[in-house]
Amino acid sequence: MPFGNTHNNFKLNYKVEEEFPDLSKHNNHMAKVLTKEIYGKLRDKQTPSGYTLDDVIQTGVDNPGHPFIMTVGCVAGDEESYEVFKDLLDPVISDRHGGYKATDKHKTDLNFENLKGGDDLDPNYVLSSRVRTGRSIKGFTLPPHNSRGERRLIEKLSVEAMHSPGWRVQGKVLPLKSMTDAEQEQLIADHFLFDKPVSPLLTCAGMARDWPDARGIWHNDNKTFLVWVNEEDHLRVISMQKGGNMREVFRRFCTGLQRIEEIFKKHNHGFMWNEHLGYILTCPSNLGTGLRGGVHVKLPKLSTHPKFEEILTRLRLQKRGTGGVDTASVGGVFDISNADRLGSSEVYQVQLVVDGVKLMVEMEKKLEKGEAIDSMIPAQK
Amino acid sequence: MANSFTRMMTGRNTAVMLAVGAGSLASGYLLTESAAAAERRRLYPASADFPDLRKHNNCMAAALTPTIYARLRDKATPSNWTLDQCIQTGVDNPGHPFIKTVGMVAGDEESYEVFAEIFDPVIKDRHNGYDPRTMKHPTDLDASKEHFLFDKPVSPLLTAAGMARDWPDARGIWHNNERNFLIWINEEDHTRIISMEKGGNMKRVFERFCRGLKQVEHLIQERGWEFMWNERLGYILTCPSNLGTGLRAGVHIRLPFLAKDPRFKKILDNLRLQKRGTGGVDTAATGDTFDISNLDRLGKSEVELVQLVIDGVNYLIECEKRLERGQDIKIPSPIPQFRK
Repeated sequence: MPFGNTHNNFKLNYKVEEEFPDLSKHNNHMAKVLTKEIYGKLRDKQTPSGYTLDDVIQTGVDNPGHPFIMTVGCVAGDEESYEVFKDLLDPVISDRHGGYKATDKHKTDLNFENLKGGDDLDPNYVLSSRVRTGRSIKGFTLPPHNSRGERRLIEKLSVEAMHSPGWRVQGKVLPLKSMTDAEQEQLIADHFLFDKPVSPLLTCAGMARDWPDARGIWHNDNKTFLVWVNEEDHLRVISMQKGGNMREVFRRFCTGLQRIEEIFKKHNHGFMWNEHLGYILTCPSNLGTGLRGGVHVKLPKLSTHPKFEEILTRLRLQKRGTGGVDTASVGGVFDISNADRLGSSEVYQVQLVVDGVKLMVEMEKKLEKGEAIDSMIPAQK
Repeated sequence: MANSFTRMMTGRNTAVMLAVGAGSLASGYLLTESAAAAERRRLYPASADFPDLRKHNNCMAAALTPTIYARLRDKATPSNWTLDQCIQTGVDNPGHPFIKTVGMVAGDEESYEVFAEIFDPVIKDRHNGYDPRTMKHPTDLDASKEHFLFDKPVSPLLTAAGMARDWPDARGIWHNNERNFLIWINEEDHTRIISMEKGGNMKRVFERFCRGLKQVEHLIQERGWEFMWNERLGYILTCPSNLGTGLRAGVHIRLPFLAKDPRFKKILDNLRLQKRGTGGVDTAATGDTFDISNLDRLGKSEVELVQLVIDGVNYLIECEKRLERGQDIKIPSPIPQFRK
């Protein structure tokens, strides 16, 4: 938050031992990495916009653990956080992103033609396909730290971008402030709109402040391409449709994203990106591509198979409930998506989803016929 | 532990000096920070940051104007608490179903001075016309699951103001063996002091309250600390609604007939009492049992407020008995507000 912990110099009157958080009951990446030494080294530092170490870790201190997932437990308040607090964030990034080193380089590939196949996932099983990512706009602080003025300017720039001639897509802008309750509920039920964050992971990091000021969504007329403004990241870009044509979803995703980036660049506000961390986003778990590509797929038999988790791990995929990250599955329908974000490209990650889901649908069909699937279990990707 | 606290013993001046000392170690970042801060102020004038309060109904939203915001926005207390921090809870929480909330908090004692331009009208609004600029608050402690422990705050009024951070670190309660005197540590205020018992002996409850409070204050003073208090605002607490005495004296009482009488609210208002559910401020009353307590905190002394509760509750019981017997009741004339 821009102020939860601002009296940083005042706090220096208390010794490191006195200020160090009690993490004895905690199970998140931050708690595993943070030591008194690291805390002592970083606690008197601030980024140029005034974000402090205590700001970075507050969400992880307030939220010891999550029932379904190992949470990150820290956030960035601006682009510089990843530099100023690298002694904490580099090991967290390494833990979260499969051993990614401080010297590693990240590859970006948004050329949808490099994807093989993906247009023939069986719609009897694959109910819908979706790809999302986030983008941060250079020159602003991030949602945990934003002031109202910054947030409003981000909204203004986004609306201008969606109305510029370069955009060339029909659609409408819906600021949250002016939506009726009924419109909101419908959009949420259709999986289009984000809820006011109630997850303490987000609220403790200050991302729900001033809700719903300067929050909104833009979507095209078919509602297959959406942009969320000022939720957990400056922009979230989403391409989705019913059925299993992931190839089409990814094509629309890449073209739309590139167009948005061109427009923002023209206004002198490029996206935050660097060679080491790829796209810079609020949560360290989204660094790299920031991409989550996935499907809602019916796997009632496979999901109860004892090797289900292992298969997912080997395919580098993860499961969620169909309500999103904090929900459980309903009726054997799962949200299956790529687990990785950093260290591999967009094309590579979507390819994993396409190939992996195809395989799992085949396994499901085999199990329906009462056959074994042991020979189909893949090697670790 | 004594050593670390002795550093803080001599009060604010010491703290400021220590802060400046520590600051110079990090001077590189401080210089960069003030240049960046100036740049941000240029890019985002006060008008860009003024909150949208059109759907809001709390005391802060009623009092805050763009002019006041512009004058106070770039100020900070010695410990760096700002106006935006004071008002965040009121921006995030437009209204409450049962009560008109205050919508702002203090981050330290100095908040009430540095941001007096907004706190004073809010205090006046909340405390029924008490004007901290001209009036003085009298203090007078000369007398005579089980509702014990506080929950982790889930109320967004508290969480949006940052009071649930680091839970449950350094939070706790002390109680005597009889469990009729308790101290809560580090919930919404540094300490909350509570005296309670079953039945209607408010005199005994208040005597124990005053004795215990005086003892706590004495022990703290022995160690070189004091309670925050001044003549203008009485005891300084986090929420402006608790300024003055910070005192809430009340009873849980069954009033089945009065509960159904349309004059109930008016009677309470005139007696300067309020009703809540028996679960506390955010609950509704279940059935006919109410939590009845003093409305006021500022501008009347502790003894005056407790007397008011005793007299008021006696009046309510009289009304209840009369209604039981089929007799009529009278709305009492309103009790005058402040000592002139």
